[in-house]
Amino acid sequence: MSFLSYLINGISLGSIYAIIALGYTMVYGIAKMLNFAHGDIIMVGAFAIFTMVSTLGFPPIAGVLFAVVFCTILGVTIERVAYRPLRGTSKLAVLITAIGVSYLLQNLALLIFGSNSHQFTSVVTLPNLKLADGALTISSVTIVTIVSCVVIIIALMMFINKTKVGQAMLAVSEDTGAATLMGIDVNRTIAITFAIGSALAAIAGALLCSAYPSLTPYTGSMPGIKAFVAAVFGGIGSIPGAFIGGVLLGVIENLSKAYISSQLSDAIVFSVLIIVLLVRPTGILGRQINEKV
Amino acid sequence: MKKMISLAMAAVMALSLAACGSSSSSTSTTAAATTAAAAETEAAAEADAAETEAASAEGTFKIGVIGPLTGAAAAYGIGVAHGAELAASEINAAGGINGFQVEVNCQDDEHDPEKSVNAYNTLKDWGAQMIVGSVTSKPCIAVVAETSADNMFQITPSGSAVECISGDNAFRVCFSDPSQGKASAQYISENKLAENIGIIYDSSTEYSSGIREAFVTEAQNLGLNIVAEEAFTADNATDFSVQLDKMKEAGADLVFLPFYYQEASIVLKQASDKEYAPIFFGVDGMDGILTVDNFDTSLAEGVMLLTPFSTTEEGSQQFTADYVAAYGEEPNQFSADSYDAVYAIKAAIEKAGVTADMSYSDICDALKVAMTEISIDGLTGDNMTWDASGETGKTPKAVKIVNGVYEMQ
Repeated sequence: MSFLSYLINGISLGSIYAIIALGYTMVYGIAKMLNFAHGDIIMVGAFAIFTMVSTLGFPPIAGVLFAVVFCTILGVTIERVAYRPLRGTSKLAVLITAIGVSYLLQNLALLIFGSNSHQFTSVVTLPNLKLADGALTISSVTIVTIVSCVVIIIALMMFINKTKVGQAMLAVSEDTGAATLMGIDVNRTIAITFAIGSALAAIAGALLCSAYPSLTPYTGSMPGIKAFVAAVFGGIGSIPGAFIGGVLLGVIENLSKAYISSQLSDAIVFSVLIIVLLVRPTGILGRQINEKV
Repeated sequence: MKKMISLAMAAVMALSLAACGSSSSSTSTTAAATTAAAAETEAAAEADAAETEAASAEGTFKIGVIGPLTGAAAAYGIGVAHGAELAASEINAAGGINGFQVEVNCQDDEHDPEKSVNAYNTLKDWGAQMIVGSVTSKPCIAVVAETSADNMFQITPSGSAVECISGDNAFRVCFSDPSQGKASAQYISENKLAENIGIIYDSSTEYSSGIREAFVTEAQNLGLNIVAEEAFTADNATDFSVQLDKMKEAGADLVFLPFYYQEASIVLKQASDKEYAPIFFGVDGMDGILTVDNFDTSLAEGVMLLTPFSTTEEGSQQFTADYVAAYGEEPNQFSADSYDAVYAIKAAIEKAGVTADMSYSDICDALKVAMTEISIDGLTGDNMTWDASGETGKTPKAVKIVNGVYEMQ
């Protein structure tokens, strides 16, 4: 019974990683850049909800909607101001800018909200689920997290495969130059990618802080790094890869905490990552890209 | 603007150094240095400095206080400064120590080791004979190296790291980090709080793992049954569900949480999600849990923590009332620690028969013997005694959170 509990908690943690990893993986797949500020957008989303719900007294669902809109605008603005002017220059320049944006967001939050931790009120108000006569209690946040993750992944896959904009994204990720020649507005496509990634970050922020309610300006950084690992683990650029990578990472982390050592769990997670990358350098679902000469 | 002030301060410091040779001008230059330092703190501190200057006559004991009066840890330093000032004014009103009046001079260290040493040097120039400070551990470790070399008597109200009192001239009022672990185990055993004990600790900080180690050792001595022990690190300090599941599975009816309130607030939330309700027992790091922004205090209902001081407890009500009257805010445990530190100095001076005209080194030699012979009933504990290493022996006190406020046990 306890194994089930560890497993379910692991899947739930992994689902949050997966939702965050989607943002990394889509941006990488389409714009070929690592958006290190992604983790901090989660934090901004969580603070947006916190301000709406706890300070201004709006209902949680309004808070989440506001955060999604706010983060979408923020993500598109960051892309327009900080990344687009550097597109086409050195890859390293964009990477450094992304790190700069990450610090900018953290310090702005520090300035506005201070370094003290804020207790986040859970956006999920359903009762806990009890199975087997109370031997197994699954919190409602856990269930909502897993369900949202699955819904998001399916919706995203459909969006990419069935809509014109989604097809444009695929085309841009395949070959930016050819896509431009075919009349696809690359800048617009990349902006949409950032919008989707940031909206997902807001949802991830809501779920993350509902499950782990301490909110500080640094809340997003560690989950951001873990989710980046999950994206690489599953094969960066691949949407099902982000899902598999995220869930596996969460499950490995929780099971190693439970059965091996609670302090070595991070070391174990990263060792598994190294082994996977040694065997499959492109990650579990990553595509081997052959350089054409 | 800040640069201008520091430049001006540097100039004043340089002047005072240059003038140190001639004894006639030394009084005025230290006055300038004190005023310049005070200008950076607050108007209140400035008034105090002026007051001290006015009282500066032959035959007073000069106690220097070092602590963070500005910056992130200012709440601690201001508490210590006010506690010491209140104790000194009470002592003076009652006729002083051995007939000598007491002067207190508080210097800001901004919770920075280097600035703490600077503050110590400023106080030495002022003529300090004893030091109460530093308030926070890292600055205290830096200052104790200096006082130990100078043979200056030092008592820290709240520096809890082991190294804070590494010299034989240094004592402390609070429990050290490891002895909090020991005291917790004793408290749990004496009050028979639990049959089965679980521990969750932060293996990446010295504070938490030090307390845990001492707790485990003492628990074994006392025959307490530790059924589960789980750790976390600073990098995964957001998810405690596995650790809590293990505690629940092992049947722990008390979970010891030797870490800070920020992580503890998550533990409490996740435990309530799991409908797991053992007694949660914390140490001084848990103090502050009720101040977390937007924290649902019902989660902390029944949480116990080891803390030396509560404003509502019998015996500290008079102090609390006086403190509020003087400073317009409630005292915290740091104020109480520092108040006790000044009274410990008083008791030791009376025991040793020290007079105010002795040099600080002679005073230190006398006091470090006398400290081990005194016993005082303070705000932070009854029958407080000290051993030669500088550690205090006092009965640990615990509070329980009931209806969102501390209730002394």
